[in-house]
Amino acid sequence: MSSSKILRTLAQAILAPLIALIVSVIVTSIVVSIAGASIGDFWDVIFTVPTHRNWVNITNQSSMLFLAALAAAIGFRMNLFNIGVEGQYTLAAFAAAAFAGAGWLPGKLNIVGALLVAMAVGAIWAGIAGVLKVTRGVSEVISTIMLNAIAGTMIGYLLNNYGNQYGQGRRTTPIPGSSQLSGWTPWSAGDGPIWTLTILAVLAGVTMSIVINRTRFGFDLRATGMNEDAAVASGVKVKRMVVISMLISGAIAGLVWMPALFGAADYYGPPFQRALGFTGIAVALLGRNRPLGIFFGAVLFAWLSEQANPLSLVADISPSVVQVTQGVVVLAVVIAYEVVRRWMAAYEQRELKQALGTEVRA
Amino acid sequence: MLPNIEEGILRRLSKIAVVAVVASLALTGCGKNDDKKGSSSGSNDVCKSAKGDGPKVGLAYDVGGRGDQSFNDSAYAGLKKAVEDLKATCVEGEASDGEAESAREDRLKNMADQGLNPIIGVGFAYSDAVNAVAPNYPKINFGVIDGFDPDDKPNANVAYLGFAENEGSYLVGVAAALKSKAGNIGFVGGVHNDLIKKFEAGYVAGAKSVKPGIKIQIKYIQESDLKGFGDPAGGKAAATAEYDAGADVVYHAAGASGSGVFDASVDAGDGKWAIGVDSDQYLTASKTQQPHILTSMLKRVDVATFNMIKSVADSSPLTSYQTYDLAHDGVGYSTSGGFVDDIKAQIDEAASKIKSGEVKVPVKPGA
Repeated sequence: MSSSKILRTLAQAILAPLIALIVSVIVTSIVVSIAGASIGDFWDVIFTVPTHRNWVNITNQSSMLFLAALAAAIGFRMNLFNIGVEGQYTLAAFAAAAFAGAGWLPGKLNIVGALLVAMAVGAIWAGIAGVLKVTRGVSEVISTIMLNAIAGTMIGYLLNNYGNQYGQGRRTTPIPGSSQLSGWTPWSAGDGPIWTLTILAVLAGVTMSIVINRTRFGFDLRATGMNEDAAVASGVKVKRMVVISMLISGAIAGLVWMPALFGAADYYGPPFQRALGFTGIAVALLGRNRPLGIFFGAVLFAWLSEQANPLSLVADISPSVVQVTQGVVVLAVVIAYEVVRRWMAAYEQRELKQALGTEVRA
Repeated sequence: MLPNIEEGILRRLSKIAVVAVVASLALTGCGKNDDKKGSSSGSNDVCKSAKGDGPKVGLAYDVGGRGDQSFNDSAYAGLKKAVEDLKATCVEGEASDGEAESAREDRLKNMADQGLNPIIGVGFAYSDAVNAVAPNYPKINFGVIDGFDPDDKPNANVAYLGFAENEGSYLVGVAAALKSKAGNIGFVGGVHNDLIKKFEAGYVAGAKSVKPGIKIQIKYIQESDLKGFGDPAGGKAAATAEYDAGADVVYHAAGASGSGVFDASVDAGDGKWAIGVDSDQYLTASKTQQPHILTSMLKRVDVATFNMIKSVADSSPLTSYQTYDLAHDGVGYSTSGGFVDDIKAQIDEAASKIKSGEVKVPVKPGA
C-alpha cells in the first residue's frame, strides 16, 4: 500500500504536469499556425536561452506572481474563492506608496512601516469580504469582485484629488532616496538588479508552508476546507476561520507589488503593473495551492511572459499569444490531474483485487 | 483517508476555480479587437516588404497594437508614409495587457541593440521606459507619443510628441452645440485622468462659445483603471444615460469603448449624433453607425510619427517637447459623411481664432 501510495504521489507530481505541458504546447502551436505565423519561430523565441537581463526580470516577476498566487491559495485551501487579490494588492500598493512617499519615518524604518501598511490595507480589504460572508452570507466571489472595482475607483479619486501631476497622469509622491532599495546586481548594471524585496516571496512561502502544515491553525484551515461539517463537529469555529483566512490572504496580497515599488518604481503611477492578482489565481491553480507547486508555476508564467516579449520583433507574432499558452496550461493541469487520479484509482483497485485474491487462495 | 477527501474537495474547487479564472481572463481581455487585427497583421504589413535604404525605424505600440482603428493604427499610418516617402525600413513591437515595466524597457533595448533609429514609443506609458533606456544609447533618437520627461535630467536624444487635444475638442464642441436642437449635449471619457480632462475642457469651452447656456453632461467610464479605454459596454451605458437625459450629441474620448457610444446613438434613434475621436471614425464605423457619426476629433499621431522619422532622415532629429496643435496641423476635425458641411464656415472660423491666439482653449475643466 505504501509503495503504491508513493508511486501515486510521484505520478501525480510528475505525470500530470508533464501531460498538461505537452497538451498546452500542442494547443498553442495550433493557435499560432491558425494566426498565420510560423510554429518553429514561436518556440524558438520561447525557448531561447534567456540573457542575463531576462533572468533578472524572470526572477523579479516570479517573486510577485508567487506572492499573488500564495495569497489566492490560502483562501482556496479553505474553499474560499478570493478573486479580490487584484483589488487588494492594488489598493495596498497605492497606500504603501503614499505612506512611504510621505516620509514620516526615517530611512529603512520607512520601508518596514510601508510594508505593514500594505499588509494592513490588503487584510482590511479582504476582511470586508470575510465579514460580509459570515455575517450576511454574501458570497466572497461576488463581494471581492465588487471590492476590486471599488478599489480602482477609490484610487482614481484619491490620485485625482491628492496625487502629483505626472505628465498626462498622476502619481504618488516619490519615496525619499534614503528609503529606496535597489537590489543585488548579479551581472552588469545594464542587466538590472534582482530586487531586494523579492526575499518577501521566500519568507512568505516558507512561513505559510509551516503555518499550514505544522500548526493548529493550519490544521483547522485544512480541515474546514476538506469538510466543514466535520470541522464544526470537532470544535473548529468556522466563521472565525473564514475571517482570519481572508485577513491573511489579503495581508499577503498586500505585499505583491512591494518588490517593484521599492526596487524600481519609487511611486504608484503609470509603471504600476496590473493583472498580477488575476494571473496569481491561475498560478495558484497550476501549483495546486502548494507553495512548492506555486513556485514552479510562478517561474513558468514569468518565463513565458518574459520570453514572449521579443515575439513581435523577431517573429511578427503578437506576444499576447502566450496568454493563450498560460490559459491552456491551467486548464490542462486541472484536467490532467483528474485523468491521472482516475488512472491511479483504477490501478490501485486492480492491485487491491489481486492482493485480496492471493490472500483468499492462500 | 484525509488525502482522499482533500482530493475530492480540491477537484470540486478546481472546477469552480477554472471557470472563474477563464471568466476573469476573458473579462480582462475584452475590448481588444484581436479578430480585426488578423486582417492587418498579415501579409500587408508594410514592414515585411520595406527594403529601402532610408531610416531604420523601431515602432513600439501600446496595448492593442496595429488594428485598433485608433491610436496605434494612426502611428502605423505615419510609418507607412515614411516607408513610401523616405524609403524607411521598420521593426514593430507590441505591448501586451498588464505587462511589466521591464517588458517595455526590454522592447526598446532590443530595438536599440538592432541599431534602429529612430525608436518611437506609441503612448505615454512609454515615458518612464524611454527615460530609463535612452541615456544608454546616446546615438539613437527616441520619440514618445503623448510622452513627457519623468525627471529633471533632460535627455538630449528624446522627443516628447504631444498634442493640443483641447483645441481639436473645442472645434467638435462648436459643431456639437451648433447641431444640437435640444440645447443638451454629452461627453463620455474613458478614464478620468488629466489627459482625457483636456478633451472635456476643450469640448465644453467650444460648445459654450456658441451657446453659453447649453447643458453639457459629463460622464467617465472608469476613475483610474485604464480598462475604461477598452470597455464598449461601459461606453454604451454612459452614452445611453446621456441620450436618455435629453442629449442629442455625444462626444467620446474613450478609445475602443467608443464603439459602444456609437451603438448607443443608433439605439437612441434618428437625429441623435455621436462624435468620434483620434482618427476619422466615420471611415471605420459600421453602415448602421455611419448616419450618426457627426464628425471626429482628429489627433494626427500619423503626422507626429512621420515628422519624427523625417527629422532623423534629415539629420536634424526632433528633441524635447513638440506640441502638435491646430497651427501645426496636429489636431483637427473630419468631414466624412458631410454632416457638418452646413456649419463648416463657423468651425473653421473658430479654428482660425485659435490659430491666431485670439481664443485660448483651457486644458482643465472648469477653467
